[in-house]
Amino acid sequence: MARAVSTEHKIVATIGAWIVALLIFFPILYTIITSFKSETEAIAGFNLIPSFTTESYAEVQDQYNYFKPFLNSVLISVGSTVIALLIAVPAAWSMAFSPTRRTKDILMWMLSTKMMPAVAVLFPMYIIFRDLGLLDSRFGLMVMLTMINLPIVVWMLYTYFREIPGEILEASRMDGASLWGEIWYVLTPMAVPGIASTMLLNIILAWNEAFWTIRLTTTEAAPLTAFISSFSSPQGLFWAKLSAASTLAIAPILIMGWFSQKQLVRGLTFGAVK
Amino acid sequence: MATRQTHGLARLMLAPSVIFLFIWMIVPLAFTLWFSFQQYNPLNPINDRFIGFGNYALFFSNPAFFSAILNTLILVVSVLAITVIGGIMLALLLDQPMWGQGFVRILVISPFFVMPPVAALVWKNMIMHPGYGVTADIARFFGLQPIDWFAQWPLFSIILIVAWQWLPFATLILLTSLQSLDGEQKEAAEMDGAGFVSRFIYLTLPHLSRGITVVILIQTIFLLAVYAEILVTTNGGPGYASTNLPFLVYQKASLEFKIGQASAGGIIAVILANIVAFFLMRAVGKNLDK
Repeated sequence: MARAVSTEHKIVATIGAWIVALLIFFPILYTIITSFKSETEAIAGFNLIPSFTTESYAEVQDQYNYFKPFLNSVLISVGSTVIALLIAVPAAWSMAFSPTRRTKDILMWMLSTKMMPAVAVLFPMYIIFRDLGLLDSRFGLMVMLTMINLPIVVWMLYTYFREIPGEILEASRMDGASLWGEIWYVLTPMAVPGIASTMLLNIILAWNEAFWTIRLTTTEAAPLTAFISSFSSPQGLFWAKLSAASTLAIAPILIMGWFSQKQLVRGLTFGAVK
Repeated sequence: MATRQTHGLARLMLAPSVIFLFIWMIVPLAFTLWFSFQQYNPLNPINDRFIGFGNYALFFSNPAFFSAILNTLILVVSVLAITVIGGIMLALLLDQPMWGQGFVRILVISPFFVMPPVAALVWKNMIMHPGYGVTADIARFFGLQPIDWFAQWPLFSIILIVAWQWLPFATLILLTSLQSLDGEQKEAAEMDGAGFVSRFIYLTLPHLSRGITVVILIQTIFLLAVYAEILVTTNGGPGYASTNLPFLVYQKASLEFKIGQASAGGIIAVILANIVAFFLMRAVGKNLDK
């Protein structure tokens, strides 16, 4: 029986929620608005209606070659996600379908590697990367982000794979399917949605990672996190340009994020909250 | 029907993840441990030598160390308090029937997807700047002196920014958890005449406990490692007022080239993280078994 809800209650809740939501969203909204202002407008006091100029966007590209860090971010986040999936899918698969006594311990241990503060290994990583010639290289960062996110990827995939019923395997085996036939025709179609969600979430995490991407790059491989950080010491009037660069840096991931809310909850809570 | 063959295959499939993660964890950590007992300066290698626990002594006797530890704890605890309490309240609000719920959710979750340097720079320049920020505009509107946030309240300002980034996460998790609460239980409690407060304490809160545990665990991992937000706003200052442990270690290593001391600090950070992790993993392990 659905509870009868008074219209009054609904109106109050709607107004309250919208006010709070707009307050929380305000810094992002104001950044987007400011990105369409001219620099003099941007510092002329509070104003929610810009002159809709795109000069800041043009300047960000002309002065700072924005496209390069953007491309680096795309390559690094997608690349590290693909490598992580290649390593993690078999692992999660084996733990979900042939669990042993140690499976839970292994999962917990993997999670515990996430606890290691990155800064504690900054210098060793720096010299290892230097000696391997991986400093300021896209491949180096891909490897780094792969390793950082691997535990989360394994966990996420594991929680998805665990929900694929084991009986279906036995049924296909009765029908005479080989091991590879089983994997390819029966399990893969059921696993694809989970893999896709994991991929989406991992791209978001890799895109926003802001320790190694800043410390291990200088110019060539610098992704957007490092690029935006270079705005921390202002040169002259830069509010509109900062806003334009920020808007471009967050837009793709914001949109991806909106579509992945459910997977986000599940993925980041390791399946504990669904 | 697991045969020996499939067990062998399963182990082979698991091996790359375990081996890579193990190497990735153990090799740099061993280096850090070794450096923490050395006097080591890449710019001035003449004095490089083994000095036992000297680096730890130096790190501990540095007055910045205690403020860094204190700042780390204040940052983690404050952000956890704000996001958990705020998250519960927001989740309760968003769980009410309303118009445009989907859109409200999208607005509320958005800050979580903003990369840390952007979040910090937007707050620093667009919102909190003493000359051109929105808070300055508001202050001037009321005829007040604008606050210079990062000079007057450096740590508080960083807490505010980090809390803004994580409040959406807590809200989303707790809202999801709230929505799985059995509607019939709620109705039964209402029929029995339980008011809002007692329903919240005896029904909602226990139901949310798992969600809250997970929120605390995940956030603590990330909050212990806050870095970019400090780098682009206060750079740890004024003095050490907003320096946390990761930032102090970074300063020692990358700016002062005191690798030995930085490594000792890194080891201390690892030990601290492990103490926290121990309690949290137990809590999560228990919760996951349910």
